[in-house]
This record gives sequence, structure tokens and C-alpha cells, in this order.
Amino acid sequence: MFDRRLIQNFDWILLLLLLVLAAISILNLYSATYAIRDVGGSQVFVKQIYWFLIGFAAFFLMTTYNYSVLERFAYPIYFISIALLVLVLLVGKVASGSQRWLDLGLISFQPSEMAKISILIVLAKFFSKKGGYREYRLRDLWQPFLLIMIPFVLILKEPDLGTALLLVVISFSVILFVKVHWKSLVILVASALSVAPFIWLELKDYQRLRILSFLRPDMDPLGSGYHINQSKIAIGSGLFWGKGYLKGTQTRLHFLPEQHTDFAFSVLGEEWGFIGSVLLLLLYLFLILWGLNIAKNSKDKFGSILAICIVASTFWEVVVNVGMVTGLLPVVGIPLILFSYGGSALISTMAALGLLMNISMRRFMFQ
Amino acid sequence: MKRSDFDPNSIEILNKQLKKTTLLILVVFGVLILRLWFLQIVNGSTYRTKSESNRINLRAIPPFRGMIFDRNGEMLVGNRPSYDLYVIPEGVQHQKRLSGSLKRLIGLEPQVIEQKLDGASRRYPFRPICLKRDISRNELAVIETHRFNLPGIMIKIKPQRHYIQSNLAAHLLGYLGEIDEDQLKSGRYPGSKPGDLIGKTGVELKWQPFLNGMRGGEQVEVDAAGRKIRSISLKPSVSGGNIYLTIDKDLQTLAERCLKDKKGAIVALNPNNGEILAMASSPCFDPNLFIEGIDRTTWGRIVSSKDFPLQNRALSGQYPPGSIFKIVIALAGLEEGIIDPEEELFCNGTYTLGEHTYRCWQKYGHGMVNLRRALVESCDVYFYKMGERLGVDKIARYARRLGLGKVTGFPVGHEKEGLIPTSKWKLKRFGVPWQLGETISMSIGQSFVLVTPIQMASMMATVFNGGFIFKPQIIKRAGKGGGDKGYNFKPKMIGNAGFKKENLDFIKSALVGVVNDTRGTGWRAKLKNIKVAGKTGTAQVITLEKEKEKDFNADEIPSRFRDHAWFVAVAPAEKPRIALAIIIEHGGHGGKVAAPIAKRMIMSYLEKSLEVFACRP
Repeated sequence: MFDRRLIQNFDWILLLLLLVLAAISILNLYSATYAIRDVGGSQVFVKQIYWFLIGFAAFFLMTTYNYSVLERFAYPIYFISIALLVLVLLVGKVASGSQRWLDLGLISFQPSEMAKISILIVLAKFFSKKGGYREYRLRDLWQPFLLIMIPFVLILKEPDLGTALLLVVISFSVILFVKVHWKSLVILVASALSVAPFIWLELKDYQRLRILSFLRPDMDPLGSGYHINQSKIAIGSGLFWGKGYLKGTQTRLHFLPEQHTDFAFSVLGEEWGFIGSVLLLLLYLFLILWGLNIAKNSKDKFGSILAICIVASTFWEVVVNVGMVTGLLPVVGIPLILFSYGGSALISTMAALGLLMNISMRRFMFQ
Repeated sequence: MKRSDFDPNSIEILNKQLKKTTLLILVVFGVLILRLWFLQIVNGSTYRTKSESNRINLRAIPPFRGMIFDRNGEMLVGNRPSYDLYVIPEGVQHQKRLSGSLKRLIGLEPQVIEQKLDGASRRYPFRPICLKRDISRNELAVIETHRFNLPGIMIKIKPQRHYIQSNLAAHLLGYLGEIDEDQLKSGRYPGSKPGDLIGKTGVELKWQPFLNGMRGGEQVEVDAAGRKIRSISLKPSVSGGNIYLTIDKDLQTLAERCLKDKKGAIVALNPNNGEILAMASSPCFDPNLFIEGIDRTTWGRIVSSKDFPLQNRALSGQYPPGSIFKIVIALAGLEEGIIDPEEELFCNGTYTLGEHTYRCWQKYGHGMVNLRRALVESCDVYFYKMGERLGVDKIARYARRLGLGKVTGFPVGHEKEGLIPTSKWKLKRFGVPWQLGETISMSIGQSFVLVTPIQMASMMATVFNGGFIFKPQIIKRAGKGGGDKGYNFKPKMIGNAGFKKENLDFIKSALVGVVNDTRGTGWRAKLKNIKVAGKTGTAQVITLEKEKEKDFNADEIPSRFRDHAWFVAVAPAEKPRIALAIIIEHGGHGGKVAAPIAKRMIMSYLEKSLEVFACRP
């Protein structure tokens, strides 16, 4: 099964990108937790190194088989992840008001992360099934719609609004990519908008508050708006060159909330300034464009669409997080992939990117 | 063909879609980078400032306010520690239990704690909140012994202004109060902040910058919870200077005791340099009440009281001088050559001028009186005649030469000028010419004449020190630190009345007679070892017209119609060391009420005798 061409076609650029991002992330986490190293902060930084090691293991694991296997097992994988989502609602660990984690003894993981990948796989399978690209109409889309709605509702129940919405956004952008007839598109958007008020009613108070405080951050500068304001102050005060590594006062003095998870980018912005933030963004941009390139060069349609799915996921997670910490989007609690602290998210991201590598490596192979 | 399941058409679509997507992604990243540009470059400095003010807290270090002593170095105003009860919200483990304990231990109402904790900023859980200011020593002891049981509770100590003898010399010392908005804007209090205590009256006001010192400050780096991380820079405060007043604490205490339950004022000064030895005004107030902000009802009671406790009667109480004014008439007559001391006039108890009859206080008259006897026995008729000879304007000129009708220049408080009428003044003021009858009543210190106690004391000093007028002083010494360094105040002579020595000597001798002669009206001020000189005065409160109908028995008149009792004195007469002016409002006869007070004051000051402290009621 092992092929020398796999080595020849190994995507060094993708790997290099990931290594650079991992290095920056760990460097930044060290600074973000520098002030709290006495109270477990140093563990955060060391732990993330282990998470990256495990992440890279997952990454390589995902390259060892031909991705077309996934096309075959798409639905079983999907149903397993749905089952896990149900399980987490029944026996999941409750942390700060939401039930998102499955405790596996040694580690705990978020089934929603796996669900994300499985949805990407079934969507790729669905949109590559029929011969040739054509414009999809609404009646063709009931199946993917259902496939998205089931995990969406389950994740919303946890509740994890950020992940649930992200799922919809990613899926929607994939549907847009495969081309939908404009009439269907109008109906889709209209129905999404008509559902929005019901979602608003279903939201928990703190979630509504987050959205309200995004719209008017000055309304409650010490409450929910506090996070946004402090993050903006942290990033803005970095100016062009930044305050210097380990010298971010917003970070060091705890003005910045969750500085090692959701607001890790703000730490970078404060300490490395405009130049550092833009460089990091360009790295992500390069990763995304490289992903598109992989989609373009894929040998089959499933690989192409799957690559698009992974790119869409990466794109949205970066945009939502950076938009959030810079005050462009509401605080929804989405970490910055490959950058924020967090094992479960990192592993699933690395796994997804491993798939991308898988597609890239097999671009010249025929079945 | 490398792409097995792609038809050419779909590859075309894929590439088209990929191009669109790439463009879209570039646009979105462009927006993000623009956003960063906006935050970090366009508004960067604003955010930098915000992050600085986030982390740097300016903490004021209040200066130690200077203390005030009397002339002998006895402390009058100091600073005592005030123990304030604070709670740190973050330290409270069990709010219910804490408020229960505090209620039990020091009777603090649980609602107070609840309110304060609820009102506290969520952002600064480590910032202490004051629960109760200035707790008593007993409360402090109880709190300290139960400290282990009261998590989150702390005691802060700060200096509090302390007027040691509560209301001793309150009018002179003044009191502290919170700086108000106008004062803040005026720029006269550099470095002051809202909430600062500043001198509102008295020496505390006059010497505010000197006493206050300079505020220091500390730039402190704090974290998001308001905890101090480190000190960035420190500027220590500069303590205020100490002030030594000219007053003598014992004499001041005696003066106030003598005025207890009376209304009136006492001024004692050194006739040789104008130093005020005592200045009392009754009723009084306790300056300690004002420090922590006086409550409305107490303030209302003080301000609206008919007795005006905030007024310093020694400076701003304007009274008719009564018979004391005879000193002015006598001096004027001698200087003008109008009075021959040997000339004897007949007093039959009345003096008739036109339709009016003016009475002498001695109903049956004094018989034949010369100037000395007229002063000693305070014969009114004699002075009616002399006043008539002099005329209003000459009297006024001499009165002004003795410092009447204008402020003495006492540096603290609101001094009134009093009033020395002239014919011109009357015409201007009332549009009516001066009447001869008014000169007659002016001769015995009635009519329009008004004087203040400090003017009277100063006048006595001038008569006895050879005609010099000194500006009354209240500050003897002011110095920083230990008090050895600093400045000493020198007497300030503001004029020489320019009277002939023999005339002054004559008056002096007559005033000695007032106290020491057998029929002198001031005999109650007589002392065995000290030659006291003085003059009684009884200032009529109601007009002479009405007086005619009233009974002469002063004790039976309702007190508000009773005359003000005056006594001025100097001792020892040969080598004066103290000049006194005493007025007791509605006290009746000066000789009876005010003279005994003068005697006790002089005895206390010159003999430092202890027995005088047993002040008779």
C-alpha cells in the first residue's frame, strides 16, 4: 500500500506552515500565562506543547490512508458523532453552565469537534456524488439540510452557540461554493432570517447579553462589554511595533479576559503590534489559499469538496475569532485555531488539516 | 487525463468558483487588516493611553496638617488617629455571618454592610470599602480581638483633626470642612481635590496653605482587580507647619468659663505690642463637629440660633460703648483745651436741653464734680456738658484717632468697623442735620456710636502705652518641624495717636481711681497687690426716650431689655501688661457684672493664682 510517491508528493509547505504557527502559538501562550505561572500558568504552556505533539500525531495519522475510504464510511462516521452528541447531553461533564465535554478518564473531548469533521465529510460525499457540477435547487438540498440541522440542534442544546452557528456558516459557505440556483438561495436566506427571532428566544440570557454588548459595548463597560473593550485596548495599545514580548500590561495585569484561550490573539496584538498581528494573519491567509490550491489540484471531486470544506472551516474560525477580539463580531467564545490554548479543538483541527495533507499527497494518484 | 471523474465543464466551474472564493477571502482578510490598522495605528495612541490609565493608579498621600499651640507651647489643635472600619469585598467569605458578627460586636446595622457591598464596584474586589468612620476605642478593641472571625475586615488609621479642648477658642481657631466647588475653581487651593478638608474659618482658614502642607502622591501599578503590584514613583507629602498663637491657654480658658451661660465677649491683649492674650465669644461651638461633615439638623440649629454661636462677638459684635466713651470725651476735651481738670460743674441728676431732659445715672446727682470725679463716678451730666462744648465732629475726630470707627486689622475673622457718627455722615445717611441732643447722648456713648470689644481693648492699650496703636496679632510664631526654625512675628505699630503725655497721665490716674477710689464705679475689680485701672460702661439697649419711663432697678427688667454691661481695664497701671475689654450682653451694670470678671482675669494672668479658677457663678 505504501507508495514512494507519497513521500515525493508530501506537502512540505503545509507542514512548515503548521510548524511555524505552532511555534508562534506556544511562544505567545508562554507570555499570556506568564503572570499566572505561579497558579498553574506554566502548566498551560507546557500542556499546549503536548497537545501540539498529539495534534501532529493526529495530523500524520490522517495521512496514512487514502481519503477516499472516508467517502465510503461517511455515514457511519456521521452517525457515530451524532450518537456522541446525544451521549454528551446525557452524561457529559458540566462546566460553567454548559455540557460540552465527554470525560474519557485520561482526557476529555468535545464531540462537537468530531461532529464538525463528520459533517464536512458527509457534505463532501453528498456534493461529489452526482456527476458534474450543476446548480443545486432547494429540493436537492433537503438532505444536506437535515444532515446539518441534527448536529446543529444537539450542539445548541449543550449549549454551545458559537460552535453551532459556526457549523451552519461553514456548511452554508460550502453550499454556496457548489453553486445554488439564485432562487433557492433567496429562499434559503429568507428562511434563515425568519428563523433568527426564534433562535433569539431560545438563547440564554448571557448569550443575548453578549450580542447586545457587541452592538453597544459602552452600554455596560464592566459587564459583557468589558471583554471587548479590554481586548480592543490591548490590541490598540500595541501600536505598530508592539510593547515587546512579555511586556503586555493588559495581559500581565489581567485586564484581558481569557488571555490564553479566546483572546490569545489580543496578547499577540499587544506585544507584537500591528506588524506581528498582520504577519500572523498573513500566515493564516497563506494556509487558506494553500488549501484552495489543494482543492484545485485534487484528483477527484470528493477530495476537492472535502478540501473546500476544510478550508471553509479554517477560514471561518480565524475570521470569527479575529473579528471577535478586534470588536468586529460579537463575543461567541470561538478560540483561534492553532493558536489558542485547548487540546480538543487543536486535535480536531490538526486532524482536519491532516485530511487536507492526505488530499494533497494523493493529488497525482489514481485509483 | 489526470482527473478521472471531472468532466471539463465541471473543472471550469470549479476554477471559476475558486477564483471568486480567493477574491472573497482576500477581501475579508483585507477588512481584518484594515481593522487592525484602525485599532493600532489610527487610534493606537488613544488605546495606549487607556491601557496606561488602566494599569497606573495615582494614589494621594495626604500631608500631615500642622498643629496649633498657645503662646506657651500648649497644644490647642492636634491630630489624633481615627480608626476607620473597612471591608475588602473579595475577602468576605460569608456576608450574612459577617454582618451578623458586626451587629453583635459593635451594633453596625446589617443593611449598611449590604448596601455598601452591593454598591461596590465589581471591578475592584480588592478595593476596601469604608463601613464606619472613626470607631471608638472600645469598638476597636472588640474588632481587634475578634479579627480572626471577621474575614475581609480591616482597620485603617488616618490622622483626624482634633480640637483638644473642644470649643476652646473655637472662633479663633476656626474649623475644617470639605472644600466646596467654588473654592476648588478659585485656584486658591492648588493641589486640592474634592473631598479634601480645608480651613473654613479662623486661623485654620487664614493659614490654610501653611498648615496644610503639600500633598504627596504615589504612582502605583495595579492589576485588573485593583491590587497594588508595585510602586512606580513616589513623591512624599510635606507636612504642614506648626503655629504658635499669642493667646494664653489658661487665660482663654478662664475667659470662656466666665462667659459660660452668658452672651458676650472678652478680649485681652498685651498693650505693648498688640498680642491677643485671650479672645472669647459666647455662645460658642465645637469645631470637632464640623470635621466629618456636620449633619443637617445640627448645622441648622447652629446657624439659625438667635444667639449666633458662629459669630465672634469680640470682632463683629457692635455695641454702644456707654460710659467707656467718656474716656474719648475726656481726652478730646483735654487735648482741645476745652476742659480744665480743675473746673467743677454741678450735677443735680438731670441736664435739660430745650424740651428734653437728660438724666444722670445717679438719680440725685453727684453735686460738684471735676473731670477726675466725673470719670471715677461716671457722672453723665458732666460729660453731657463737655460733649456739648466739643461738638460731634471734634468728638468723632478723637474717637477715630483712638482707633474707633475702623477695623483694628485683626487678621482672623470678619471684623466690624463699628460706627463713629459725624454731622456730615448723618446728613448723608438720613438727609437730616445733626441734632444737638444727639451730641448729648453721644457723650455718654449712646446715640449712633457703636464699637467692638476688640476696639475697646485696643483703645485702652493706646491710652496706657503712651498713645501707640498696634495691630492686634494672633500669631506669635510659625515654624516647620520642631518649631525652632521659622519666623517670629514682630509687633506692628500702625499709628501714634499723638496725645500729650500729661493728658494721658491724667486719664490713667483717673481710671486707676475708677477701680481704687472709694466711690469708683469699678471697685469690684480692685486687687490687693496690683494697681488695676478700668472703666465701667452700661450700654443702653433701648432708646433714652423709653428709658425715662422704665424703672431704674435693673434686676427687674426682662433680660432682653437689660443694658449691656461693659468693663475695660488695664493692669498693672504703672507698667501695663494686660488690657481687657469685657462685655456681657444684657448683663445690667458694667461695674456689677463685668468688673469682677476683669478682676479674675487680671489676677489669673498676672499672679497665675490657682484660686481664681473657682469661678463664681
